Amino acid sequence: MDFDKIRIDYRIIYQIIENGAKILDLGCGDGDLMFLLAKEKGVKAQGIELDESAIYKCVEKGLSVFHSDIDSGLIEYPDKSFDYVILNQSMQQVKKADFVIKEALRVGSKVIVGFPNFAYFKARLRMFFVGKVPVTRSLPYHWYDTPNLHFLTISDFRDYCKAIGAEIISDHYLSHNSVVKIWPNFFALNAIFVIKK
Amino acid sequence: MKKDGVGIVETKYFTFAKHPHELVLENGKKLGPITLAYETYGKLNKEKTNAILVEHALSGDAHAAGYREGSDDPGWWDTMIGPAKALDTDKYFIICSNIIGGCKGSTGPSSINPKTDKPYGLEFPMITVGDMVKAQAHLLDHLEIKRLLCVIGGSMGGMQTLQWVASYPDRIQSAIPMATALKHSPQQIAFSEVGRQAIMADPAWHGGDYYDKQEKPEKGLAVARMIGHITYMSDKSMEEKFSRRMKEKEHSFKFATDFEVEGYLRYRGDNFVKRFDANSYLYITKAMDYLDLSGERLTPKNRSVDVRFLVIAFKSDWLYPLYQSQEIVRQLKIRGLDATYCEINSTYGHDAFLLEVEEESQLIKHFLNKTFYGYDVVKSYDI
Repeated sequence: MDFDKIRIDYRIIYQIIENGAKILDLGCGDGDLMFLLAKEKGVKAQGIELDESAIYKCVEKGLSVFHSDIDSGLIEYPDKSFDYVILNQSMQQVKKADFVIKEALRVGSKVIVGFPNFAYFKARLRMFFVGKVPVTRSLPYHWYDTPNLHFLTISDFRDYCKAIGAEIISDHYLSHNSVVKIWPNFFALNAIFVIKK
Repeated sequence: MKKDGVGIVETKYFTFAKHPHELVLENGKKLGPITLAYETYGKLNKEKTNAILVEHALSGDAHAAGYREGSDDPGWWDTMIGPAKALDTDKYFIICSNIIGGCKGSTGPSSINPKTDKPYGLEFPMITVGDMVKAQAHLLDHLEIKRLLCVIGGSMGGMQTLQWVASYPDRIQSAIPMATALKHSPQQIAFSEVGRQAIMADPAWHGGDYYDKQEKPEKGLAVARMIGHITYMSDKSMEEKFSRRMKEKEHSFKFATDFEVEGYLRYRGDNFVKRFDANSYLYITKAMDYLDLSGERLTPKNRSVDVRFLVIAFKSDWLYPLYQSQEIVRQLKIRGLDATYCEINSTYGHDAFLLEVEEESQLIKHFLNKTFYGYDVVKSYDI
């Protein structure tokens, strides 16, 4: 495996999670992230995914996954059942984001949230000069075909964490292929937060 | 046709619970001696760790794969069991036994009661799914298998699979319940009861004592089976299979079989009575209705359970609706058990568990692979 060729957000999450941790990946898709973590870090992984074809791909990789939506998928889990609950690129697509994040904080010791930054400078420019809804690498959809129900910026998410009393343990800002250090709310395409409550 | 399967197979018989060691049933009564008809496919490895128990549904039997000498009828799950199939006989040792209470070689109401030298009839004690599984555990002892790699089954086979988890969690490494439920809903009990009433309303039933009579309660059993078949299909699958197609061009204006669907049900009903005992139908459906593994009964809190699960449901199954499988999953989540759940998008209704071979195989094959070989087997996969 060529580590540098792996998606940048996976690399960041890979570095965050300890060996042998117990994780729940919400909206795990084909299970690539879980597989990476299970294979290389001996992580005990469970996924939740709505798309039937993705379920087969997860099972093919030897992964365990529940065919369900995220909104109703967490209720049964006892408090702090997992070391990490991952919401990578899936939070913006759930119906009740507030409910899901709070549930994730309840069942996970820590929650990793990865989302596209709506305040990325190209998005700002497009809004400001062209007067159109942003279409960027991290938000590649048009208004009429987007699965995203929630649009937020890095600043919005910080405010939200404060409002619900969640502690930000670490924050990571990404461009297409590297880490962004300066003015993240302006330059970052995606953000990854590790939070707890 | 015969080349890709397990070939010619033979049904074996195991008798236990002989006097004074009769099996104590859930209702407190004793049953013995008990014979179980069973078949095996593939080879048991030296460590005895590759055994998979296949559980059959209401009308199934021990003949799950291959062909019996001189017969052209494959086993009821031949599509799934064989070399390179989902239950790969090159890797695993597959066991399938007929349930107690049945009429396919295992002890049931049509068997001879040693006390009277006549068929039991209604003298046969009421059995439960727990009793069926208990009898299977004796068979495993006989085969010297301590722990199964997997228990798998659909419908009532799924109920037995869940019962295995509840009764003997240390004897199974994984479980695959399909198109099943922790308990019957009132709707399911109602359908069972209509089937039973159809049998008992047949004058030829004679209070269950018909074995030496010329006439058997075939009409009643056929109606019970017809009702069953309706519940196994979906509105859509019936539309696709029959629509309103007629057998003849014109309406008969008699109570004849005008529609193809009528002909199909009559054919299925008539065929069933040739191979099934009416009393067995009564006992088995009652056992299914009695099962209740809801709440904490599936995995009692005071017992450690280390079983991997693959729960499979079918979207158009209205007899065992999705919510019932979701309830199984809910219990597994509460216990934090390693589990996979898939709702297969099928239009076949409840029958889907016998028909959606491709999707099922995909899931089952890889699930077993991981269970048996661990992550080593998938480590070659690169993202």
